[in-house]
Amino acid sequence: MYRHQLLKTFSLFLLFVTFSVTAQEHAEEHSPEGRDIKTEIKEYISHHLLDSYDFSLFSYTNDAGEHIYVGAPLPVILWDGGLQVFSSSKFHHGETVAEVDGNYYKVFHNKIYKTDAEGTITLDDHHHPTNTKPLDFSITKNVAVIFLVGLFMFFMFSRMAKSYKTNNLMPKGMGRLLEPIIMYIRDDIAIPNIGEKKYKKYMSYLLTVFFFVWIINLLGLTPLGVNVTNNIAVTLALALITYLLTTFTANKNYWKHIFWMPGVPVPMKFILAPIELLGTIIKPFSLMIRLYANITAGHIVLMSIIGLMFIFKSWIGSPLSFGLAFALALLELLVAALQAYIFTMLSALYFGMAVEEHDDH
Amino acid sequence: MDKLIEQFSLGLFVWQLVLFIGLVLLLKKFAWGPILNSVSEREDGIKDALDQAENARKEMQNLNADNERILKEARAERDTLLKEAREMKETIISEAKEEAQIQANKVVEQAQATIQSEKQAAISDLKNQVAELSISIAEKVVRGELSDQKKQTKLVEDLLKEVTIS
Amino acid sequence: MNIPEIVGAGLIVIGAGVGIGRIGGSAMDAIARQPEASGKIQTAMLIAAALIEGIGFAALFAA
Repeated sequence: MYRHQLLKTFSLFLLFVTFSVTAQEHAEEHSPEGRDIKTEIKEYISHHLLDSYDFSLFSYTNDAGEHIYVGAPLPVILWDGGLQVFSSSKFHHGETVAEVDGNYYKVFHNKIYKTDAEGTITLDDHHHPTNTKPLDFSITKNVAVIFLVGLFMFFMFSRMAKSYKTNNLMPKGMGRLLEPIIMYIRDDIAIPNIGEKKYKKYMSYLLTVFFFVWIINLLGLTPLGVNVTNNIAVTLALALITYLLTTFTANKNYWKHIFWMPGVPVPMKFILAPIELLGTIIKPFSLMIRLYANITAGHIVLMSIIGLMFIFKSWIGSPLSFGLAFALALLELLVAALQAYIFTMLSALYFGMAVEEHDDH
Repeated sequence: MDKLIEQFSLGLFVWQLVLFIGLVLLLKKFAWGPILNSVSEREDGIKDALDQAENARKEMQNLNADNERILKEARAERDTLLKEAREMKETIISEAKEEAQIQANKVVEQAQATIQSEKQAAISDLKNQVAELSISIAEKVVRGELSDQKKQTKLVEDLLKEVTIS
Repeated sequence: MNIPEIVGAGLIVIGAGVGIGRIGGSAMDAIARQPEASGKIQTAMLIAAALIEGIGFAALFAA
């Protein structure tokens, strides 16, 4: 009985696929802009992966042919011989030149360049602009999201901390859910890797990085269009903190293992020292690349599959890609937590190596 | 790799660094510190309570053992007391008996002694009276015997004879 | 992307996939053999997988 049903479903599925493929061919034949849609999707994805100077949730073209953006402008902060602060609305989403105190700025490939009044960007042979680039400390969309997430985390966890005081050392509300996670990080990540005695001074960093990366990753999966952890700058900052913490809290034993590995012949020591030294940099580098690449790859694949809907303009291709996107989104939910876990875990592991006491190998 | 470096934004990096370190420090002061302290306090509390329960149980056991020991001791003491009392009674009785015996013996002895001395006195008195009587009889006899010369001489001679013999 | 880069990326993905697959398989075996040590095995597995993944990504970016 069950097998019968399976067979039926499978044959139906095959039928649909054949239909959809023929439908797709049909559509491509009849619409010359099919290729345009592909490039448009590609551009949209690469644009989505980049940071932006305004917080636009979505945009559409109205009846009059104008591009309307829904969202809020953010402050642009530049250091160009002096502090320049102005609203990103002056760029009109990169379409116009912003004039501030007689200086002209234009956004080109998501970076701000100093231009003349017409906004000319001169390019060299490698398609890199030769215009001067002011130091850019703008509150971009990602900075705003980081700030908001930080604020959210601060309120959530400080409220949780207060609930302990009023509720006889038991958490209330959200804290009930968060406490096991905090305990997990303490008991299964920090203590086994760093050790009972020294884990305490790293706990704040480990907890913050775990929840920060997790929340930010989850936000990246919402349709808000924020994607913070697929910026190499963000992951570099996180990995750099791990690196600095490892380096500055390391004990003698750690440095001894790097520069003068005990228990190997002297010539080997000279060979091992640079390798080990390089290893200390590769470790945080791999942390940085891993988080960046996982989230970026997830976003690209997910958005490409959603984009397939617009390429298969058929009544079966869209549900198919919807189902696929749904399954992938579930996987990405797992990846969001897994990457936060791995980042925390490996950071704890590196801290543990730095403060390891015993000298028996 | 080139694309990565091109994409890198210094502003975002600096903001992320500053905001994140600020977040870590703020959360350390206002969230993680108090939360971890509360949790470890609670864990310590639970551990303490368990330890206390264990201690109370042990104490209870000790108390029970103590009670039993005290009871045993009391019983033993009572037994020894009873034993002592019994012994004392026996000694008192035997002592009294002995005393009585001695006293009785003494009385008997005294009585015997008195009887003896009375008897002696009576005997010596009798003797004296017999002696006086004999003497007076002997006087009378001697007076009769020594009334003539002849008889006197004969007596002397007899006496002398006796003397030589003895 | 031209052909050699794509082929290189494919090779990297195959290598990393085989590596991570082997780690996962060995971890499963180990857990089956010693279910009580599953927590430690999982941790070690994740770390090893993460290291391979890191190398794989680094190579992918280089390609």
